[in-house]
Amino acid sequence: MAKEQLAYDEFMKGLWRENPVFVQVLGLCPLLAVTNSAINGLAMGLASFFVLLGSSILVSLFKSYIPKQVRISCFIIIIATFVTVVDYTLAAALPVIHKELGAFIPLIVANCLILGRMEAFASRNTLRMSVADAFGMGAGFLFALVSLGAVREILGVGELFGIALFGANFEPWVIMILPPGGFITLGVMLLYFNWLEEKKNKIDKQLATEDGVN
Amino acid sequence: MSEDKVEQAAVADEPSPARLIGTLAIAGLVSGVIIIAIYLATFETIKENKARELREAVFRVLPNVSKMQKLLLKEGKLEVSYKEEKGEEPIYAGYDDNNTFMGYAIPSDGPGFADTISVLYGYRPSDRKVIGMWILASRETPGLGDKIYKDAAFVANFDDLAIEPPIVATKRGKSKPNEIDAITGATISSVAVARIINKGNDYWVSRLPEPGAEPAYVEVETPPEAEDAQAQ
Amino acid sequence: MTQKDPKLLIQPGPQLRQQMTTPVVMRDVWYALTPATLAGIWFFGLGAFLVLLACIAGAVLVEWYFAPEEKRGYFLGDGTAILTGWLLGLTLPPALPLWMAFLGGVVAVGIGKTIWGGMGANIFNPALVGRAFLLATFPIAMTTWTAPGDFFTIPSSLFALPLMTGVVDTVTQASPLGMMKFEHVDTPFIDLLFGNTSGSLGETSGLLLILGGLYLWWRRDLDWRIPVGILGTAIIFSLILFMVDADKYPGPIFTVFSGGMLLGAIFMATDPVTSPLTQKGTWIFAIGIGLLVVLIRVFGGFPEGMMYAILLMNAATPLIDMYTQPRVFGRELDQK
Repeated sequence: MAKEQLAYDEFMKGLWRENPVFVQVLGLCPLLAVTNSAINGLAMGLASFFVLLGSSILVSLFKSYIPKQVRISCFIIIIATFVTVVDYTLAAALPVIHKELGAFIPLIVANCLILGRMEAFASRNTLRMSVADAFGMGAGFLFALVSLGAVREILGVGELFGIALFGANFEPWVIMILPPGGFITLGVMLLYFNWLEEKKNKIDKQLATEDGVN
Repeated sequence: MSEDKVEQAAVADEPSPARLIGTLAIAGLVSGVIIIAIYLATFETIKENKARELREAVFRVLPNVSKMQKLLLKEGKLEVSYKEEKGEEPIYAGYDDNNTFMGYAIPSDGPGFADTISVLYGYRPSDRKVIGMWILASRETPGLGDKIYKDAAFVANFDDLAIEPPIVATKRGKSKPNEIDAITGATISSVAVARIINKGNDYWVSRLPEPGAEPAYVEVETPPEAEDAQAQ
Repeated sequence: MTQKDPKLLIQPGPQLRQQMTTPVVMRDVWYALTPATLAGIWFFGLGAFLVLLACIAGAVLVEWYFAPEEKRGYFLGDGTAILTGWLLGLTLPPALPLWMAFLGGVVAVGIGKTIWGGMGANIFNPALVGRAFLLATFPIAMTTWTAPGDFFTIPSSLFALPLMTGVVDTVTQASPLGMMKFEHVDTPFIDLLFGNTSGSLGETSGLLLILGGLYLWWRRDLDWRIPVGILGTAIIFSLILFMVDADKYPGPIFTVFSGGMLLGAIFMATDPVTSPLTQKGTWIFAIGIGLLVVLIRVFGGFPEGMMYAILLMNAATPLIDMYTQPRVFGRELDQK
């Protein structure tokens, strides 16, 4: 029971409390580059999710066999293998999306989020916890990519996952599918998350002082 | 004193170089095997995807065409080619169901507003006209420059376009057979497309055989290595 | 603690106060802008007035919303948000849908000012940030210029629903700059002087803008070096180009009186927050803008370059300030 609770906690940590994008502000390169539509965000998110999960499992399994002097090289080899698998699979199965994402699929290797989780979590925790962590962080990253892509697609072309939302007379916000739109949307979302955090802290503080009085 | 001891213990714990090399070698080996396996597993599909993409583009710029073959310039002469060669600059010949030659699909590229634009256009030598245009790759501004392929009216400009004198993009409504209507707000991209086609014509038109002397369609007995270029 | 109407005020220096506070300066700028604004409304009709109001509404709303609760009254009182919205409105095409104008006002104050920490902390001119956003977001609506027309006809494009395209039903006409850039058609000087041309609603009347500038200079609200530096550089640079090839490049008079040159030079580049503090720096700033405007207009892809020129030099302002710090009195030059 306690174990279940802990694993769930790790998952929620990645998805929300320590969201890799909105709280840790990691992995912004692919985030800003490919989120000009929700579907691209989804594809990128799933690809990263798969790489993160697979690498976490392997690193966690072999953590005691990997000497710490060569751990980074080993992590990179493991990550790169999964990325290559994703790259070829996408090129074969979904050539259109593969073309859209272009160089950013191979660049998942360099995503600091993934190497960061290997170093900070998977190489120090049990398989079970690492899987929970990878699920949480991967889902958090996916959530960020899709929500950013959705906002930009809705405003930028008036569609969501390619389905027109506003009819023919929609005036697209061209900037939203251009790079500045990515920065503006991300900025507004970070603003929102910081505001939530601040509000939560205020409430916690209030609760703490009330407790103190009692 | 005690710290020194800890340090010494750590040094004693230091894995041997052989162990480090061994670990990395095994990791690399396993990784290599997996990568080669996935490469082999997806190779055929990826190649097919690329060939299909090309075929669709060629059929788009050459109306009424159902077969195509790749042509390479060898010592000033166009020859049918099956193999992929390094540094090749192929053009594609399109034929209808009766194997009658219909026109060439010529790739050309050049700078656009944002990045290089790659164009494939259909050219009919019998009346020296461009008969179709398709953008293979571009990074023009979404909503403006990308109209060079999203705006059907602009693409239709190239369905029947004289190539002499060189193609001109105009903003005042086309009135001559060599003019196209530039897109409002994307003049630079429109002019770029015209310029890219002119560039292709400059190179290719003088090198093409006389009308009527085009390479005939060669039925392929599908030699194994012919599949890549032909795919038909 | 604070007593109303105290008999004796004891406080640390400075004891000498002058009347030049932010609200006073803002009022002066309002007065200076009024003639050119009225001319714009006169030429482009009541619709132009509505566009202005929408911009101001967006700007003020954001200012009010993000101000700390106890300071809300004061934040509006200094009039900067109204001025930002107003200036933004003057740079917009008169037939822009109102929701876009409103959005521009929101972005101008929200992203242009509030996010940096409020007035005095922003790097870029807020009104121009709003305009840059609108131009990048709605490139077609932002470059659809209507010809001056009947006073009471309001273009129906103004009332497009939010997120929807406004269909311009009035007569459209390329702006003088556009005509010069793409078709090499000159516009008569007299039209440029009084403002009877198509263009942004507050930039067309050169004469009234200059009058407003003179008023500000007389009231000492304006650093004369900036407009003089910008216009002087632009005149000299365009004169050189004009002498090289008179058919290809517009002359200096056209350069000064067309587009947003005067509006930008007098009312936007002079924003004390986003321009350098030192005199030497001010000259560098102004000359930079003058050069950039002509460069963008003549060699760039856009017909107008005033906005980008000012924004670019805004970005350079902290650097200029750093390198033009005057020597502290009594210290050697090479001492830090």
